[in-house]
Amino acid sequence: MRILLVDDELELVSALAERLAIRGIAADYAITGDQALRMAGENDYDLAVLDVKMPHVSGLELWDQLHVLHPRMRCIFLTGHTSERDFQAGTRAGALYLLKPLKIEVLIQNIRQLLESQGKIG
Amino acid sequence: MARNALVMLWERFKPAFWDADDPSEPGVDGGGFNYRRIWKLVVLLVTTVSVVPLLVITFMDYNLNRKAMQADFVYPINSLLSNTKLSLASFLQQRQAVLEFIVADHSLEELSDEFFLHELYHNMKAAFGGFVDVGLIDGYGKQLAYVGPFDLKGKDYSEQDWFAEVLDRRVFISDVFLGFRDVPHFVIAVKRICYDGTIMILRATIDTEQFFNLVQSLNLRATTDAFLVNRQGVLQTPSFSHGDVLNEISYPVPPYSDVPVIFEIEDIRQNPAYMGYVYVENTPFIFMVVKQQQEMMRNWWRLRMEMFGFLLISVTCIVAVILTSATVLVRRIYEADRKRSIALHTVEHTNKMASIGRLAAGVAHEINNPLAVINEKAGLIKDIFSFSDKYGQDKKLLSLVDSILMSVERCSAITHRLLGFARHVDVQLEQVDVVQTVRDVLGFLDKEAQYRDIHVSLDIQENVPMIHTDKGQLQQVLLNIVNNAFAAVQDGGMIAIALDVPQPSEVQISITDNGCGISPENMKRIFEPFFSTKSKQGTGLGLSITYGLVKKLGGLIHVQSELGRGTTFTVTLPVARAQKEEESANSACG
Repeated sequence: MRILLVDDELELVSALAERLAIRGIAADYAITGDQALRMAGENDYDLAVLDVKMPHVSGLELWDQLHVLHPRMRCIFLTGHTSERDFQAGTRAGALYLLKPLKIEVLIQNIRQLLESQGKIG
Repeated sequence: MARNALVMLWERFKPAFWDADDPSEPGVDGGGFNYRRIWKLVVLLVTTVSVVPLLVITFMDYNLNRKAMQADFVYPINSLLSNTKLSLASFLQQRQAVLEFIVADHSLEELSDEFFLHELYHNMKAAFGGFVDVGLIDGYGKQLAYVGPFDLKGKDYSEQDWFAEVLDRRVFISDVFLGFRDVPHFVIAVKRICYDGTIMILRATIDTEQFFNLVQSLNLRATTDAFLVNRQGVLQTPSFSHGDVLNEISYPVPPYSDVPVIFEIEDIRQNPAYMGYVYVENTPFIFMVVKQQQEMMRNWWRLRMEMFGFLLISVTCIVAVILTSATVLVRRIYEADRKRSIALHTVEHTNKMASIGRLAAGVAHEINNPLAVINEKAGLIKDIFSFSDKYGQDKKLLSLVDSILMSVERCSAITHRLLGFARHVDVQLEQVDVVQTVRDVLGFLDKEAQYRDIHVSLDIQENVPMIHTDKGQLQQVLLNIVNNAFAAVQDGGMIAIALDVPQPSEVQISITDNGCGISPENMKRIFEPFFSTKSKQGTGLGLSITYGLVKKLGGLIHVQSELGRGTTFTVTLPVARAQKEEESANSACG
């Protein structure tokens, strides 16, 4: 299991990656869309955790591109702002939609759920 | 006491706008009127333009009428003067002509003969009447012959004034005088100069009775005094106001005029009167008529009273109507203005709430990110302490980190709630089940329908699609229309709601009631803001808001109504929203 974390807040993603690592989940992080795409090209990720609102490329757009690279990859959106449109766009793609700030336990639980369902399908 | 009662009456009937505050700064809040000023202006203006012409016309009418009336009074006096003057002149003319004929036709010898003169006198008396005596006088003033009731033969007139006059002027008509006989009479004398230079004068005394009859037979009323005076202002005939012959009149003798002249004077009792006079040519007589205005003008005064009465009543009516209508008008403006300011206030309030909502959403959003960082950092610290032995499991530090995490959780609960609140302000577009929405709305009114025994029927076509719209606003639209239907029907009435799909892209909701209906003139205005028929209860905003909402949702609203039979509201909504509105909705979210 390998996870890609993308958020424009370095402090947030680095800490999150470290916490996941402590819990035995391998997580890479990127702070821009370009970096994320580059990393996704190099590695095969099972799941991406994307911030919806980022400069230049939004999480939703990034997800569209990542999905092309890795069709089997799953996604969790994180957002600080609830908006109906984002919510619908996010859920339409079969992704989860979580609000910041969130408990790490909730995140891990959601990750496991997604990957397990995938595992069953796969 | 009376003053207090007046104040109380005023307090009771004073219109509401009278005490309204004056606009503090005109134009600041887009209007605000000084109602008292408007009222005063309207009253003053309308009163002026309606009463002034009335006053002018009445005044002109008054003058015209007065002139016409005066002419009516003056004309009879004028004709009386002319006619009487003519008859007097002809009376005197006849007698003068007779004497002239006699003196020309006979010689001095013939006329000196008493018998001849006697016969002549009787013939004259029989033919003309009015002759008292007749006498022949020679050029030296001696009476040569005389026929009459007195013995005046041989009397010498040479010292008398009239004798000098007749020598000068050929014909002489005297004033009335008493003479030797102590009876009022006057004298006509004519002179003839014979071919041999001898002068003979025929002098006749005229009985004034016939003369008086001419004046007194005018059948004048007691307010009219007609009489003759001579040029010294001595009465020649009796007068009502001045008494008998030879009294002096109290009026000044007017200047000579042989046509009638009429002017206003005060009579001897200080009453207003008209005086008319005319000089009878070649005689010392002036015919005068004094007619009191009082009786003549009585008709005029009555007319004047009627005119002023009419004026007073019409001005009172006009002023009353103006006061009432101005008050009603200004009261309406005042009420409309008040409603407008309430509506403005509501709109302002709504705007403010929306702004606060947006601000809160922005703040929540901005705070969520740093909050997430704090959360992760504190979580990491906790993880490090929990998962590694490097720092030992320090209970104190762990509890500190836990309290940080708990505070972050509390903060995030607050920000999420704020974001939820803000979401209600934004347009919420979602797939909405119209059928369920209609049922929900009817659910609100279930109790009232039961209570008032109103039969609500729901007719739903199969396969009504979900529509893309704002559920809350659709609810409000339906609630407004159904509420109006409830207000329109009597207890035990009927409301039918039908859902239809006229085209695959449209859903049509029609709400029909069998209530009071809407009159055609009200129909034009039902969607206007502040138009209400529920005088006290309604704000007049329901249907205008409904109209605005339906337009905002991309739909159409249509009304059909028949007075007394019922009303049908039809709302047509698109299944999918137009692109443009979706964009604007999105921008509200971002």
